[in-house]
Amino acid sequence: MVPFAGWELPVQYPTGPIAEHHAVRKAAGIFDIDHMGQVDVRGPDAEAFLQRIQVYDVSQMAPWDAHYSLMTYHDGTIVDDIFVYRLPDSWMVVVNASNREKDVAWMEAHTHGLQVEVTDISDETYMLAVQGPKAEAILQRIADADLSVVSARKALRARLDGVETLMGRTGYTGEDGFELYFPADEAVHLWNRILEVGKEDGLLPCGLAARDSLRFEACMPLYGHEIDATINPIEARLGWTVSLGKPTFVGRENLLKVKLEKPSRLLVGFEMVDKAVPREHYPIAVDGQEVGYVTTGMKSPTLGKFLGLGYVPRAYAKLGTELQILVRGRPKRAQVIKRPFYKPRYKQ
Amino acid sequence: MSKPKLDPNAKYAKSHEWVRVEDGLAVVGISDAAQEMLSDVVFVDLPEVGEEVEAGDAVAVVESVKAAEDVYAPVSGTIVAVNTALEDTPEQVNDDPYDAWFFKIRPVSQEELQKELDALMSPEEYAEYVEQEGH
Repeated sequence: MVPFAGWELPVQYPTGPIAEHHAVRKAAGIFDIDHMGQVDVRGPDAEAFLQRIQVYDVSQMAPWDAHYSLMTYHDGTIVDDIFVYRLPDSWMVVVNASNREKDVAWMEAHTHGLQVEVTDISDETYMLAVQGPKAEAILQRIADADLSVVSARKALRARLDGVETLMGRTGYTGEDGFELYFPADEAVHLWNRILEVGKEDGLLPCGLAARDSLRFEACMPLYGHEIDATINPIEARLGWTVSLGKPTFVGRENLLKVKLEKPSRLLVGFEMVDKAVPREHYPIAVDGQEVGYVTTGMKSPTLGKFLGLGYVPRAYAKLGTELQILVRGRPKRAQVIKRPFYKPRYKQ
Repeated sequence: MSKPKLDPNAKYAKSHEWVRVEDGLAVVGISDAAQEMLSDVVFVDLPEVGEEVEAGDAVAVVESVKAAEDVYAPVSGTIVAVNTALEDTPEQVNDDPYDAWFFKIRPVSQEELQKELDALMSPEEYAEYVEQEGH
């Protein structure tokens, strides 16, 4: 167990992180992600409030839609990455563990002039993720609704083994799957029940290490690594989440400027040419000059290659550019390659 | 966690290497407790044959999903062989840590080697050490 943003969470279960990773790609895995925070947003001006505090144009969302987005500061750097759920009579914003207090304070500081209620419901809400090609079949065994009609980034309410659950067809692994929100006192019951009904399909309990390698292969950013309060979404290659066409939101002016002037640095994916494990914070050099740094790197369990993500000046972000990663001070050759390393397989 | 396995014929360093004397050479690897702590090993960085090392020098690196750890020479001498098979199948370190040797050291002299081995832990002492460390 390791302390993670104030929570005791398993890095791995007895099978080990690589077996857990493969289980999610080939069958299914269950993740205890209760450290994620949930914020209930409601009131006549809830939509206007969300338009103000995050970058995506949520007016495009229908009830039961879920969308990945970001909250940015006035200078365009990132407060947090979030998932927004539009429910029939309210909204839910899912935030990162380490940012929960900061995020809720940030939201509350931006309610001025609007009739909106912002409530942190993290403590009473439990969150589990069931991910992988077998996730639907496994959960269907205990669900009272037809899950096959739910496509990616849609949500529904159903009873799971009798427990009233909000199920989002979302996740952070690059696989099809669900994220489950339900009353916290049912956590042990549902965790055990899902393990039980998933056993025949090879479902494994998965820890933080597998969660990291899965999201990494799909090139999904992790706050504190690819994104933080010094990085803007354009350089993090998250421009697709930013609806610059929205008349106003916090950070818009500066993001528009970054977009027009082009960012000075960019997040790139690279593959090691020399054999070595690129790790977070290792310097990236070009022609012997340090120009950037690694944000995440590892031996990709699915692809069997040594891969990394990192920031370099825009001039070195082109595909095929030769980089050197300084591994314990020794330069090892690498090459910029296409992201994502693993193409997500969502249900259409 | 299950009790770590031990090789009764090896001596152990506090930094979790084992060393076994075979044909006058010191054969070095990492213990079962060490591989357990590391979890899935994905890479090993081995020293060059011919390198002169002193007991306590960091001479190799073992990298897992979780961390990169130095592997220290438990005794002094010259590296005369490295287990290049680990470069392609590093998971051997997890599967059979007492078979997955990293490098072999030719000691300066057998007397010197014996002195350095005496300073290391017996299997029983090492088992107790691992327990006290809380793994």
